[in-house]
Amino acid sequence: MSLRTEIVSPERRYTDREVDMVVVPGTEGDIAAMPGRAPLLLQLRGGVITLYKDDQVLERCFVTGGFVDMTADHCTILADSVRALEDLSIDDASQTLDELKNQWTRVGPDEVELQESLGRQIQAARAEIEVAEKVKQHDLKSL
Amino acid sequence: MPSLKELRGRIAGVKSTRKITSAMKMVAASKLRRAQNQAEAARPYADTMRRMMSELAAASQGMDPSTLPPLLAGTGRDNVHLLIVLTSDRGLAGGFNANIIRAARQQIEDLLAQGRTVRLLPVGRKGAEIFRRYYPDMVVDSLHNKAGTQQDAYALAQDLAKRVADLVEGGEIDACTLMRNRFVNAMTQTPQALGLVPLPVAENDNAGEKRTDGAVYEFEPDEGHLLAQLLPRNLLVQFYAAVLESAAGEQGARMTAMDNASRNASKAIERLSLRYNRTRQANITNELIEIISGAEAV
Repeated sequence: MSLRTEIVSPERRYTDREVDMVVVPGTEGDIAAMPGRAPLLLQLRGGVITLYKDDQVLERCFVTGGFVDMTADHCTILADSVRALEDLSIDDASQTLDELKNQWTRVGPDEVELQESLGRQIQAARAEIEVAEKVKQHDLKSL
Repeated sequence: MPSLKELRGRIAGVKSTRKITSAMKMVAASKLRRAQNQAEAARPYADTMRRMMSELAAASQGMDPSTLPPLLAGTGRDNVHLLIVLTSDRGLAGGFNANIIRAARQQIEDLLAQGRTVRLLPVGRKGAEIFRRYYPDMVVDSLHNKAGTQQDAYALAQDLAKRVADLVEGGEIDACTLMRNRFVNAMTQTPQALGLVPLPVAENDNAGEKRTDGAVYEFEPDEGHLLAQLLPRNLLVQFYAAVLESAAGEQGARMTAMDNASRNASKAIERLSLRYNRTRQANITNELIEIISGAEAV
């Protein structure tokens, strides 16, 4: 029994394939989806999604956030944006992070929603830098 | 029988009309390509989200609706329906606006016959004009449909999503349906109603049930937090995709309509030219007869 995994972003359908296991970065920690699990709706933080087949890594990609719908035979990932690890850039992400930090200083104390969304974006930018550095050092094992 | 001068004037008139329609056709064709790419790119995300939401709706069916957020399960009543109709700001697009307006009017009549209260939110000047004339009491507001670029479409979708969320959460409407033209190809756009609130249950509920085995969804982070993020997001995504679909449909319809118009103009020119030549020939023949019979009389 395998798990059909789709990764879709607003711009395109990134991937759609049968796998044995998917590891996704949830807001409260990484979660592995395997066939036959109970249905779960999960919010994502910025991080790496890894697809496994026959104990091998099939594919890795970076998402900045989104939602996952896991059922017994299906794992649907709706990502805010999705990129291949090679396409990540430390410089771009650092620049984004600086801009976000700048915005953060201007947010009022009652703007809870804005705080939350900025917080998520900052986390995603930090995660992107971290991942990009590891890719640069060819240190994919620790992802 | 019109005079030669009149005919010349008419031919010139139709020719300049043809120039305009064929220019509009070219413009629509080039806009269509971009609009179509955008609409097709946005489709998988919106469709996947829609499927996910309908599974969620199916899974939450057994639960007490009053404990669920209104954007998911409705307000518990089924009284006031909001119809959002996507039309275009500009005309000359064949049956594009007429089709969707006809479908919407049908829907309105059906809802009224069931004793519901209908509220209308037309998007696009064409729809606003018609609905304000026929159902002045139902129109709550109308929006322009500029949707030229992705940013415009996104801003419009954000506006719509926010309005709907506010209305539903404020208890002012109980259900919301979006009417829009789905882009099939440049020749065909089909009017389609899309239920947004309450979330439509998966079309073949058996399949939905099998996939979740009737199990209750787990949520992470907690249900309230996650749904508060996911439901408005779903509205936004659905509106965004619909606005892009509709924009692509508009350009497709305009291209087809203008192509037909140009072809008709060509035919009219041909017909008028033939008549012009015949009249001219008849005039010459007449003059000849006059000259010859004059000469014979001498």
